[in-house]
Amino acid sequence: MILLFAIASGVLFASGIYMLSRRSLVKILIGLLLLSYAVNLLLFSSANLVPARPPIIPPGETTPLPGFADPVPQALILTAIVISFGTIAFAMVLIRQSHIVSGTDDMNEMLCSDLPCGTDEVVDKRSIEVDENGDAVTS
Amino acid sequence: MLLPGYVFFLILLSALTPWLYRWLRGRTGTLLGLLILLSAVMLWGWWLPSNIQHQTLHTSFDWATQLGVAFSFHLDGLSYLMAVLITGIGGLIIMYGGAYLANHPSLPRFLTIVLLFMSAMLGVVLSGNALLLFLFWELTSITSFLLIGFDHDRPNARAGAWQALLVTASGGLAMLAGFALLYITSNTFEIQTWLQHAQDIQQHPLAPAAFILILIGAMAKSAQFPFHFWLPNAMEAPTPVSAYLHSATMVKAGVYLLARLFPLFGSLPIWGNSVPLIGMITLTGGALLALGQTDLKRILAYTTVGALGGLVFLLGLGTPIAIKAMPVFLLAHALYKGCLFLVAGGIDHAVHNRNITELGGLSKAMPYTALAAVLSSLAMVGLPPFLGFIAKELSYESILTTGDPMLTVLAVIGFVAMAGVALWLGFAPFWAKPARQFHPHAETPPLYLPPLILALCGLLTGIAPQTTANMLIKPAVMAISPQVSTVKLTLWHGVTPYLLLSALTVLLAGAMYPLRHSLIALATRLWNKVRFLGPANLYNKALETILAFAAWQTRMLQSGYLRFYVLVIALTTIALTTYTAWTRLAGSFPLPAWTAPRFYDYVLTAIIIIAAITVTRTTSRLATIAMLGAIGYSIAILFMLYSAPDLSMVQFAIETLTVILFVLVIYRLPKFIQRTRRIPNVSDLIISLASGGLMTLLMLLVSSHASESTVSDFYSRNSLSNAYGRNIVNVILVDFRGLDTLGEITVLAIAAIGVLALIQLTLGDKETLSIPQRKIQKSILLESSALYMTPLLLIFSIFLLLRGHNKIGGGFVGGLVAASALMLYAIAISPDALRKLISIKPRLLVASGLFIALVSGLIGMLWGKPFMTGLWLPQTFAVIGKVGTPILFDVGVYLAVIGVVLWILLTFAKE
Repeated sequence: MILLFAIASGVLFASGIYMLSRRSLVKILIGLLLLSYAVNLLLFSSANLVPARPPIIPPGETTPLPGFADPVPQALILTAIVISFGTIAFAMVLIRQSHIVSGTDDMNEMLCSDLPCGTDEVVDKRSIEVDENGDAVTS
Repeated sequence: MLLPGYVFFLILLSALTPWLYRWLRGRTGTLLGLLILLSAVMLWGWWLPSNIQHQTLHTSFDWATQLGVAFSFHLDGLSYLMAVLITGIGGLIIMYGGAYLANHPSLPRFLTIVLLFMSAMLGVVLSGNALLLFLFWELTSITSFLLIGFDHDRPNARAGAWQALLVTASGGLAMLAGFALLYITSNTFEIQTWLQHAQDIQQHPLAPAAFILILIGAMAKSAQFPFHFWLPNAMEAPTPVSAYLHSATMVKAGVYLLARLFPLFGSLPIWGNSVPLIGMITLTGGALLALGQTDLKRILAYTTVGALGGLVFLLGLGTPIAIKAMPVFLLAHALYKGCLFLVAGGIDHAVHNRNITELGGLSKAMPYTALAAVLSSLAMVGLPPFLGFIAKELSYESILTTGDPMLTVLAVIGFVAMAGVALWLGFAPFWAKPARQFHPHAETPPLYLPPLILALCGLLTGIAPQTTANMLIKPAVMAISPQVSTVKLTLWHGVTPYLLLSALTVLLAGAMYPLRHSLIALATRLWNKVRFLGPANLYNKALETILAFAAWQTRMLQSGYLRFYVLVIALTTIALTTYTAWTRLAGSFPLPAWTAPRFYDYVLTAIIIIAAITVTRTTSRLATIAMLGAIGYSIAILFMLYSAPDLSMVQFAIETLTVILFVLVIYRLPKFIQRTRRIPNVSDLIISLASGGLMTLLMLLVSSHASESTVSDFYSRNSLSNAYGRNIVNVILVDFRGLDTLGEITVLAIAAIGVLALIQLTLGDKETLSIPQRKIQKSILLESSALYMTPLLLIFSIFLLLRGHNKIGGGFVGGLVAASALMLYAIAISPDALRKLISIKPRLLVASGLFIALVSGLIGMLWGKPFMTGLWLPQTFAVIGKVGTPILFDVGVYLAVIGVVLWILLTFAKE
């Protein structure tokens, strides 16, 4: 089973990184989401995968049944899931805001928001001039 | 107590100055100056009696004891001399500065920084701990930077400020490294301890290295060759600053440091080989460079360089007579040079001209300034009965006792040049024939009194030499070199070789006076020819190279394309991990023992893989949401199958909420446009696949090792017995690692605040939100089911919360279920109906949740336990089991989670 887990997580990673390197901001957001799925799976499988042995102490016992699943990764993932919801919500609103402000969701066009850009296309970065104090000359 | 108290009093005064200015306006400078002079007289006068018995004052507070840093203050004769100069001249400067910059809009800023500098400089000379000294040392560099660049709209002022900061701060870093080496040799940063164990430290092999590093720091600060070039450029500062920082006090910090460490390093052979040489080059070089200047302030700056060279030279000689000469020279120089700078400032203020070849005839309009100038100029020339005369006598005596004719000739050249320049400065602007007609405005007391006071001090200290010696010089000399026990200063020694040298100096200087125009022209031409050889040129080249390198590497590394960064991170990770795996595994790849997958494992994995690939290919936003949901739910089922029921429930709830979130937002987001070509970018694809493949392999590799976690074992053994909970995951969250969870719900709250803040920024921007509003048809089925489902789910969520410590459930799960229930209500009926229903603002829910969680952690502290210690009631209840503060904490988590989710979703829904 670990093999299937590993493959699923690998595919999620690959698609997450692929989406992260897109130009569209929304796709980058989706990439983030895919990556968080992948990481959760990775964490989960770092402990042994055991079916039907939750880390819960049955009534009458003082320790869980032998062979129980490791509770530590579970506790880690539980909070990670909830936090990623907050992160995704924040990223989403950040994307909306930047879309409204810059009028684009294309990462390449957004370059112009912090670097001097040409009129019609992204400027060649090698042409940045530096004045005597080392500050970039903004025209 | 008194010493640190005084330093911090000055810092406080500096901070309060802007407010004082609002209240006192134009009188601020005068009153502040008087206050400082008064406090200085009281403080140093109070301390004086014990000073006469050569006692020292030492105060120390712990700061960072493990690092060897202490607020340790030490006052001895050397510090006393410096401290008297710093506060005395400082008070006069503040008085003068208030008048000099009376019409400047930034006068409060000026006074604030000067006061801050004064505190820092006082800190330097009073610090008993090397790291504390470094701290104050750097603070003087920074305040100097701010003051040189005071008129920051002038490019020259900015450039001069930068140069001074870079040179002195780099030197400061070298000095810090030297202190660190001394720490290695002695295991302390206490300067007095170093001096007491001087012999042990000198024998340590690191001692010469430490000395060289500290010497570099001192040379940079005290403008010694080859670092001298920053000082003339620092003349861009307002003139009071030049007088104070760049002549009387700050530039003497390096000299002070060398004098302070003289007992430690003075007997090293490398000291005798380097320090006198550096000092002599600086003395002669600075004096000769002064000849080639026309600006009063630059002339003074170069003579200051020369004088600093003289001080370093005397320290370098280290003979008893030279050690006696040094403080006398230092005191005399601070008085006459500070005065001459203020005179230059007064002239500049009156006629807006500082060119010595043009100025003249100002004696009528500015009689007191002229008097001060003449007195100081004669002191600088070295005529009796000024202290400057005694200083020069002692200096010549020190040089002659070396018996080195070369040194004598160089020193005479330097002193003659400086004395000649002194006459030009003291007489030419007032009595020479002016190049054009000047119309000076009348001088005012705040502008002529401070220089006059300084000049008179130079005269009085010379007239009563033995009082000066007993009060200031002898204690300082004894602090530098305890072996010297007698210091006698007199104006008349009889006819001695050094008296003859002095007389020769005065005669030659007098001869230079009528020749000044041609000498200046000659020297200017000469210096311009060899300018390219100077270290300033090297400095500029080095700076340009560094800037060019910085620009180049920024262009290389910072493309500005997110894709580029992602790919670099991915590639680096792949390369490093593959390399490590390759070398460590050496060809063998241990595979984990895997159990045969069951049917639904195949199905779920297939769903995840197909959905993930579809997400990367689709252009439909709805399909994307559906696919993401499919992945999330499949993972939730996997969690369920593999013994993580809590996770499964959380994942289900979050997945539902995420889908709601996407549905709320995604139609407000831009459409997917196929920006790259339809065929995926090959390099992106390869790198993505490689990282995915790497992850798969790593997971297999990790699983092939048996994971025997001692932590998990500890948690499961203690969960019931110590934390009274059977659900170990929940016990970890609310008890064992409760502090982490507190952090996590805080992060959630911050995310929610961020969402709200960003949304509110855009709400005013209606036109960009022109999305066609569709008529939403409500489903009666959904609406009526929501009316029943929501209360049921809420009750269920409380049930989940309460049983969570022992069975599946807990605050996170409960909170998410409750939030989903409420969102169901909002979707089925309307967000406004929900707002009416809960009648409490989500942000209050968040706040109360955080508050309850925090309080549950604090309760234990009332009984003297550490923060977040669980306390339990002895009884056992139905459903809940044992009741204690971790349960309360879980309630806090529950409320915070509901609040955060509702806050975020309702904020989005509001649009």
